[in-house]
Amino acid sequence: MKHRHRTDSAVAPLGLALVALAVFPFLGGQFYVDLVQTTMILSIFALSLELLVGTTGLVSFGHAAFFGIAAYATALLSPQADAPSLAWLLPAVLAATALAAAVIGAFSLRTRGVYFIMVTLAFAQMAYYVFHDTKLAGGSDGIYLYVKPVLAIGNFTLLDLASAHTFYYATLCALVAVYMLLALVKRSRFGHALAGIRANEQRMRAAGYSTYPYKLAAFVLAGTLAGVAGFLQAVKDGFVNPEMLAWHQSGAVLLMVILGGIGSLRGAVVGAFLFVLLKELFQSEALFGGFARHWQLPLGLTIIACVALMPNGVVAMPARLRRMRTPVPHAG
Amino acid sequence: MDLAVFLVQCLNAVQYGLLLFLVASGLTLIFGILGVINLAHGSFYMIGAYLAYALAPWAAAHLGGGFFTALLIGLVLSVAFGYVLEWAFVSYLYHRDHLQQVLMTYGLILVFEELRSILAGDDVHGVPPPSWLAGSIPLGHVMTYPVYRLFMSGVCVVVALGLYAIIARTRLGMAIRAGASNREMVQALGVDIRFLYRIVFAAGVALAVLAGMIAAPVSSVYPGMGNQVLIVSFVVVVIGGIGSIRGALVASLLVGFVDTFGNVLIPQVAGVLVYVLMAAVLLWRPEGLFRAG
Repeated sequence: MKHRHRTDSAVAPLGLALVALAVFPFLGGQFYVDLVQTTMILSIFALSLELLVGTTGLVSFGHAAFFGIAAYATALLSPQADAPSLAWLLPAVLAATALAAAVIGAFSLRTRGVYFIMVTLAFAQMAYYVFHDTKLAGGSDGIYLYVKPVLAIGNFTLLDLASAHTFYYATLCALVAVYMLLALVKRSRFGHALAGIRANEQRMRAAGYSTYPYKLAAFVLAGTLAGVAGFLQAVKDGFVNPEMLAWHQSGAVLLMVILGGIGSLRGAVVGAFLFVLLKELFQSEALFGGFARHWQLPLGLTIIACVALMPNGVVAMPARLRRMRTPVPHAG
Repeated sequence: MDLAVFLVQCLNAVQYGLLLFLVASGLTLIFGILGVINLAHGSFYMIGAYLAYALAPWAAAHLGGGFFTALLIGLVLSVAFGYVLEWAFVSYLYHRDHLQQVLMTYGLILVFEELRSILAGDDVHGVPPPSWLAGSIPLGHVMTYPVYRLFMSGVCVVVALGLYAIIARTRLGMAIRAGASNREMVQALGVDIRFLYRIVFAAGVALAVLAGMIAAPVSSVYPGMGNQVLIVSFVVVVIGGIGSIRGALVASLLVGFVDTFGNVLIPQVAGVLVYVLMAAVLLWRPEGLFRAG
C-alpha cells in the first residue's frame, strides 16, 4: 500500500495554527472569540465526517443526525437545577450517540454508493422528525440546557464550562485531541484497511477482509466524534432545537470537508474555517446591505463554482498551481 | 373505522402515492439513465407549485384561460428549463463522482430557494382549484370527497400510463432503455446520446414541475416544500430500486398507504413510519424491491 509521509511539511503550519488559536482570546473581541469557538466545534464535526468521506470513501449525507442526537442527549440528560458532572455526562452522551450510529450504520451500510447517500439522508430526516414531532424534547421549539457541566474532584472544581475562557480552551483541547486521534487512526492498521476499502472494496474482500465490520466501526467512530461536536455546541448555546439535525446541516458539513480538500485532516479544518468565513462574508450587511438576508444565494453559487473549478478542494490548490507552472510529463 | 372513512383514506393514500410517483419517477429516470444523483429534484416540485401560483392569475387575466392554460405554459417552460439546466450544469457531472454531483445539486437547491425567496417572498400562499373542479362528491351519509383530488389522481394515472407507453413501446423509449444499460454501445450505434440525456433530464424536470403544479391547490405553496418531497422521493426510490419505474410506482403507493394510514391510526409516530418501512425493506432487499436490470 502506498502512502506518503508529509509530516515534516505539515507540522510547521499546524503548530502555527495551534498557537494562533491559543492566543486568539487575548487579541480578538468577544464576537470573534465566539465565532472562532463555533468554528472549532464545526472543525471537529467536519473532521469526524472526513473519516467517513475522505478516508473510507463513504459519502454520508446524514451526518448531522449524530451532531443533533448528541446535543439532545446532553440537554435531556442534564439535571434541571444542578450542574452535571462532565465525568459522567460526556461519556453518557457519547455512548448514546455511538448507539444511534451503530443502529443507523448497521442498516445504511447494507447499501452502497448512491443508495448509501439517500439512505443516510433519510435516516437523518427520521431522527429530525423524532425530535420535531414528538413531545420527547420540546418538539419544534427545542429544549434549554440551564446549567453548564463542570468537572470537579471533591470540592475542587477542575473545569467549569460556564466560564467562557475555560470553555474556549476546552474546545481547543477537544479539537486537538480529535485531530490527533484521527491522525493515529489513519496511520493504524485499521486506517489502512479503511483506505483500502475506499480504493477498491472488491479487492479488500478478495484479500480476505470482511469489509462490513470495518465500515461499521468507522461509521460508529465518526458518529461518536460528531457527538463530541454536538455536545460542545449544546453546552455553548445552552439550547438545542431540531434544526441541528436538519439536512442543511448535513449538507454544510459535507461542504466543509470538500471545500478544504478531501482525504486530508487539515482539509476538514481549513474547510470549516472557510465555510464560516464565507457565511459571515455573505451575511454581512455592511457589504451586501438588505441582500445579506439572501446569503444562501452567493453560497450556492460558490459551491457550484467550487465543484466546477476545484474538484480537489482548497488544500490541493498550491500543488495544482505549481503543476500548472512547471509542466512535468510524469509526476509521481 | 367505518367503511366510508376507510374509503376516503384509501383515496387519499392513492392520491398521495401517485403524486409521489410523478416526482420519484423523474428522480429514478435521471439516476438510472444519466447516472446523476439529483438533489435539486425537490426544487423542481417547488418551482412547479410556485409556477401554478404565479401563472394561474396571469393566464386568467391575459389569455382568458385558467388553471389548464397555466398548466400547459408551465409544462412548456419546465421542459425548456430542464433542457437549459442539463446543458449548463448537469452535463458536467456525468464523469464526476457522486460526491461532486451531490454538492453541485445541493448548491442548486440553495440558489433556487433564495431565488424563490427573492421573487415570491417567504409567505404561505393558497392556490384556488379551477372552479368546475372545486366541489366534492358525497361518499356514504356524512363523508364527502373533493373532486379536485380525484382529478389529481386521474392526471397521475394518465401520466404513468403515458410514461409506460413511451418507454416500452416507442423508438425513443427503446433508445432510453438501451442508453441506461450501455451508453457507449448506444452511441456507437448512432444514437445522439447527449441529446437523449437532455431529453430525459427535461422530462424528469417536467414530471416534477407537473406534480408541483397540480399539488399546489391542495398543499398550498410554502418555502421548503420541495425538500420534504425530495427526501420522501429518495425513500421511494430506495424502496423501489434505483432506475426502476415500476419499482417507483409500487413503492410510492406503498409509502402513500403507510403514511396516510399511519397518520390516522398512530399519529404519534406517523412521521417516522415511512423510514421504518425503508429500513425493513433494506433488511430484506438492500437493492430495493425491483432492481433495474
